[in-house]
Amino acid sequence: MRIKKIFSICLLYNLLITYAYSISPDVFVQSTVNRASQILSKNISKEDKINELKSIAKETVDINGVGFYSLGSARKNLNDEQKKQYFELFENYFLKSFSSRLSEYTNPKIEVFDKKVLNKNYTIVNSLLIATSERPEVKIDWRVYTKNPDNPLIRDLIIEGLSLARTQKEEFASILNSNDGNINALFKTLEDFSKN
Amino acid sequence: MLRKLIILTISIFLLIFNANAGSDGKLSLEKNEEKKQIKDCFEKLNRATFSFNQGLDKAIIKPLAEGYRNLPDPIQRGTSNAVKNLSNLITIPNNVLQGDIKTAIINTARLAVNTTIGLLGTIDAANKMGFPKYEKEDYGQTLGAWGIGPGCYIVLPVLGPSTVRDTAGSFANVLGGDPWYNASVHGNNEFLSESVYIASKALSGIDFRANNIESFENLEKNSIDFYASVKSLYLQDRENKIKNNQRGNIEVLYTEEQDWEEIDNK
Repeated sequence: MRIKKIFSICLLYNLLITYAYSISPDVFVQSTVNRASQILSKNISKEDKINELKSIAKETVDINGVGFYSLGSARKNLNDEQKKQYFELFENYFLKSFSSRLSEYTNPKIEVFDKKVLNKNYTIVNSLLIATSERPEVKIDWRVYTKNPDNPLIRDLIIEGLSLARTQKEEFASILNSNDGNINALFKTLEDFSKN
Repeated sequence: MLRKLIILTISIFLLIFNANAGSDGKLSLEKNEEKKQIKDCFEKLNRATFSFNQGLDKAIIKPLAEGYRNLPDPIQRGTSNAVKNLSNLITIPNNVLQGDIKTAIINTARLAVNTTIGLLGTIDAANKMGFPKYEKEDYGQTLGAWGIGPGCYIVLPVLGPSTVRDTAGSFANVLGGDPWYNASVHGNNEFLSESVYIASKALSGIDFRANNIESFENLEKNSIDFYASVKSLYLQDRENKIKNNQRGNIEVLYTEEQDWEEIDNK
């Protein structure tokens, strides 16, 4: 009887912990964009904004997952050493590209309004970048990777139906095609982008 | 008459060529990403045309778009509304050809309201009256909806990205499919002429460019292969439009992404 009681308490405790720590993907996206928005509206230099945005991206984006996806079928041909080198180069490239795109906006207002669970690994969160006098409303969908519900991660941004990850994948494929599939050519392009 | 015949011959040639390109074995490869791939058969020529277009954009189109952006807001909005209203004349027959009679009726009512109450389309009165959101349709989309594949990707001088199917579709406009072209060029009236038609198309292009100055700059700055980025975005956009993926219709948009699942099983 006593063991049963202890077991029940442990189970309940576990459930409570899980409930307390798992984050709903829409809440996760809204809190991430709120954090980014706060940084963008701060009165600090563009360089500082970029650095702060990079640290948010490191926490909330599955950079390795996006990197692997962007490689397309070429990912199957990499050895461990090349994978290591690629992930390092990709992270630098991604963070620079991502933060540079975002830093152009000042005080953007994004409102999450819906979500759709695709399967246990993915939820699509729908949001709107609210219109200003200079630009129209923009619809942004977020592909959130939810395999670990305690730590959801962003894998793609779909702006007005256009997937950034797919565009990136096709860019990488084009570079590989123009260089007879030579992965080092892609590595060099990523390196050059991050340095400039 | 001879001009029409030449255009018709080119369109038929493009569609036949497209049918052959569409039956290429590469499109039926097992891998999902290759299934979706649209061939860039003329990549070298396309890249050269793309560079030419970029030069033209920097020298003429972008400065014109920037000038347009400095015009007072009501003039910009009026011009934008007017060219959008004219595009209804192509959208309506395409709604019908795609069997979407309900939308054809709504768009006909929209055209009537905006052309009359909206002062020749300069005011989007229909939008203020609560009409559903306007979605443009063209003959390339209709061919796509009928199951004709895109064929090779091509970059047209001045006009930009396209596919063999979409180029063939746009010929339909000058073969009698665009009432605005017919009225301007063959209408025999003192107010309209071919130059009015060309001016309206040029304004439509400048309006589009003016609305996307920052987006294009940002994209160019953050692309490692700008040509490939533009190609990808154009083809994704066409795919969405042909499937009529309405905004927020995520079930259509996200169910075919097998590649993401493969990442999870690595």
